[in-house]
Amino acid sequence: MDLNDTPEQAEYRTKVRTWLEAHKADAPGLEGPQPGHEEAFVTVRRAWQREMAEGGFAGVTWPAEFGGQGLGPLDQVIVGQEFQAAGVPGILDVIGIGMLGPTIIAHGTDEQKQRYLAPMLHADEVWCQLFSEPAAGSDLAGIQTRAVVQEDGSWKLTGQKVWTTNAHFASYGLILARTNSEVTKHKGMSMFIVPMDAEGVEIRPLRQITGEAEFNEVFFDDVHIPADAIVGPVDGGWMVALTTLLFERLAIGGGSESFGYRADRFAKAIADDPVASADSDVRHRLGKLATDLLALRYTGYRHLTAIERGGLPGSEAALGKVTAVKAAIEAGDLIADVIGPEALAEGEWAYLISFLPGLKSAGGTEEILRNMVGERVLGLPTEPRLDKGVPFSELKALEREGAKS
Amino acid sequence: MNFELSDEQRSLQEAARDALGRADTVEAARDALEDPTKLPDLWDTATAAGWTGLLVSEEHGGVGLGPLDAMLIAAECGRRLAPMPLIGHLPATLLAEGEELEQLAAGDKRGALLPAMPPTDLDDAWTVDPQSGLRRSPAPALSGGKVTGRVHWVPDATDADYLVAIAVENGTPKAVLIEASQAGVKIEPVIAYDATRQMAHVELDAAAGKVLGASADDIALAWSVAQSLIAAESLGAVEEALERSVKYALERYTFGRQIGSYQAVKHSLVEILRLMENARSLMYFAGWAGESAPEQFTLAAHTFRVGAGEALDYASRALISVHGGIGATWEHDAPLFFRRAQLSRRLLGGTGAAADRVAGELLAAAGATPAKG
Repeated sequence: MDLNDTPEQAEYRTKVRTWLEAHKADAPGLEGPQPGHEEAFVTVRRAWQREMAEGGFAGVTWPAEFGGQGLGPLDQVIVGQEFQAAGVPGILDVIGIGMLGPTIIAHGTDEQKQRYLAPMLHADEVWCQLFSEPAAGSDLAGIQTRAVVQEDGSWKLTGQKVWTTNAHFASYGLILARTNSEVTKHKGMSMFIVPMDAEGVEIRPLRQITGEAEFNEVFFDDVHIPADAIVGPVDGGWMVALTTLLFERLAIGGGSESFGYRADRFAKAIADDPVASADSDVRHRLGKLATDLLALRYTGYRHLTAIERGGLPGSEAALGKVTAVKAAIEAGDLIADVIGPEALAEGEWAYLISFLPGLKSAGGTEEILRNMVGERVLGLPTEPRLDKGVPFSELKALEREGAKS
Repeated sequence: MNFELSDEQRSLQEAARDALGRADTVEAARDALEDPTKLPDLWDTATAAGWTGLLVSEEHGGVGLGPLDAMLIAAECGRRLAPMPLIGHLPATLLAEGEELEQLAAGDKRGALLPAMPPTDLDDAWTVDPQSGLRRSPAPALSGGKVTGRVHWVPDATDADYLVAIAVENGTPKAVLIEASQAGVKIEPVIAYDATRQMAHVELDAAAGKVLGASADDIALAWSVAQSLIAAESLGAVEEALERSVKYALERYTFGRQIGSYQAVKHSLVEILRLMENARSLMYFAGWAGESAPEQFTLAAHTFRVGAGEALDYASRALISVHGGIGATWEHDAPLFFRRAQLSRRLLGGTGAAADRVAGELLAAAGATPAKG
């Protein structure tokens, strides 16, 4: 067991630190956008990502030919760790650089790579991911947004997406749409690049329990998509989407601590109160939730080891989110019990408490995660499903019929 | 970055599995409930495998391995519910010295730590488990080289040749090696609920011994190592419980379907997996800290104790539930894992005290000044 850097990693870490020393003064603060000042927030964070890109710290794992550094996932983790330690934010377009850019690198045409990757890297154009829909979340392949091919080979896009981070300032989105309803659901989807300022695109902020609108709903009404905006083959969109989701899984290495769910942070909130610090019930609850959070930290190192050896964490890695949300809910609950109603007034803890019920379902509900892990890791029988071998159009008709009866 | 077991550690696990596979220790765990003499004595297995001197340097006749290696052995013992007296013996070898240490390392003599819980951020005293109740007993006293006091529920004390007592003299803890057969030592064997645990209440009445050079930090370390070993035993039992539960969930049909196809059952098995993976990460945390970050070992060992204790409690209950009514019968193995879970959680201060220490460590690091009393 060794958590130390290899000599190469240590050298790279020094390089990151040296760069940070020279550029730290330019960095914006860690806090999110203040109400009414969203635009200013995006402007400074764009500038900071551009500076990072010029220093070689955006797209660390991208191949050099697309402006990246051609380094490994562990080097990306080192950048993340050093930026966190320096108290400065990382890139603005985490979804673009981390997931969508790599998807275009894997499946896009040469023209698409030439056109989109460099502006993405420099935050001149921010991207959003248009996968989930109101009726297709955990069951992503159930999407209903349609792209219909036109005589000239272009496409008309109609439908609704939801939970879209950054849509309100994104230049482009990567959208999964149904292009064939007469085949089974996984086989009839295609992936497209859509300009977010195209005619027929409407973006509405989606306000959450926290009061903030971190996500959006995006509506598409007969939006014109040129023929060369397809990424990957026609009706081959599911494979492209799986690539995106694979890169999401690779990003798991950051772990729950990147959310700020850390044992020491929660302990600090209790430590300020001498009575709470001595209360056996408070201590017991803190000890248990801190145990879970520390388990996640060291699970993260196991995943990084797997990645460093050229593999991926196993499917059980998905359970980390279950533990993180559970422990953070317990922490919010404990802190509210200690502080009282004041914890529920505006601020750090009210935000944490309000944010978590939704996070439980983010990236797949806990129930779906448990099904997936039970089947893939424990080899338990798969869930009975009624969508196998049924063309999508018939499946939807069956569902409508079922809902009526 | 390398946060996985080494090839040597995997071989150690394999060898332990082989060595322990020779006796049906799970069956013996049931037989011993009715006749404690049916419990096999596995000391020769431990000696032959070099486990008795696992944590002792080669210079003193041991094999010079680290805490993680010891945890891996304990996990294999736990998987088989094997009555292997390492939780008492191995921490004792951390404190013993000289000729006695060499005897312990070679397995010629058996040791048992009379464990004492180190002070916390709320309590300055060294304490031992009481016979019953929440109020902890003071650790034995040392005066003029003689130890007096009672320590309860001491793992592996029944057959020990050397007891390593933690005794306090003028507020300072000392480790004292005492021959079990001498005057002033009374060892009263006790069995509670899980017959694989050979425990004893130990009474010392001006028992003379050899005061060892161990510091307060060394003594605290022995306590934490004991925590990590009992946690590792639990983790091994969780792994076995999950394997058995999954196997049955695939074999057993109701309403024409394997019961593992029902979400209620599937999710419960995944919950075991979740708790098990968390506990495994905490074992690595403890193993890594024991080797490379000693200042974090107390925190790590106690998180492992908390995580593994919870995991085995859940897993052993699920093991019974998955099997339905038959899982709660005397003839079934599931109750043996349940017995292991329930007793283990209450020994060596209990998992509650371990959670409290985790909190105490983190609060102290966060600058807390708890209001005492």
